[in-house]
Amino acid sequence: MSLRSPLGKVLGRGSAGEGVGHWWVQRVTAVALIPLTLWFAWSLLGLPLQSYDAVRGWLGQPWVAVLAILLVLTLAWHSKLGVQVVIEDYVHGKGAKTTMLLLSTFVHVAAAVAAVFAVMLLALS
Amino acid sequence: MPPRPLSPHLGVYKFMYTLSLSILHRITGVAASVGFLVLAWWLMALATGHDAYDRAMRLLDTPLAKLLLVGFTFSFVYHFCNGIRHLVWDTGRGMERAQARRSGYFVIVAALLLTALAVWLGCRALAAVPGGVAP
Repeated sequence: MSLRSPLGKVLGRGSAGEGVGHWWVQRVTAVALIPLTLWFAWSLLGLPLQSYDAVRGWLGQPWVAVLAILLVLTLAWHSKLGVQVVIEDYVHGKGAKTTMLLLSTFVHVAAAVAAVFAVMLLALS
Repeated sequence: MPPRPLSPHLGVYKFMYTLSLSILHRITGVAASVGFLVLAWWLMALATGHDAYDRAMRLLDTPLAKLLLVGFTFSFVYHFCNGIRHLVWDTGRGMERAQARRSGYFVIVAALLLTALAVWLGCRALAAVPGGVAP
């Protein structure tokens, strides 16, 4: 038997108040990704991809590098939010859920940092 | 306290094809996330140098990698098209059943056509002789 009142059981179990922010950022990044991914795919598919010099020369240009960094950061953010929702919905064990959410966050941050660092190396060297 | 029911309540819906489009949005989204990791790896190979880039491109040239690349391409393109459908829904438009079915059909056709276009352009870009195509 619990001595806690029905109100006490409910308090602290309601909305964390962060859902709207998550939902909204998912949409903002989605809208930003429309032009960014179209630009990247179209530009990349127009390059002779087997040529290191051609790809490097393209990506090393200042505006191309800036747009590429915007792209990978927005992609990583949108992807992190989306994978988070999938994990929260389908992974039910508390330990497994927390572990997978942590892992997803680490992998996304690592991939984003690696991608940004790579583009900056190409642009600055 | 008994365990409370948690969304999504997958068992309570009658099956309709728009339902499979909806779950496909999540599946392709997760696949595109893996594609993002491949992109980061490819950028790192490019930044590492000539040899590393050539090794990465040879790895991407294997049959399994090509199959995966086509899969990533379809996943991204479908998620892109269906994502626009979701953004339109977010404005409150196109939610009637007939409209949703029509837009779903349109998304499938567009995704298949754009995937074919991207694969064709991709093959062309991979076969292009360095210097032969103006960047």
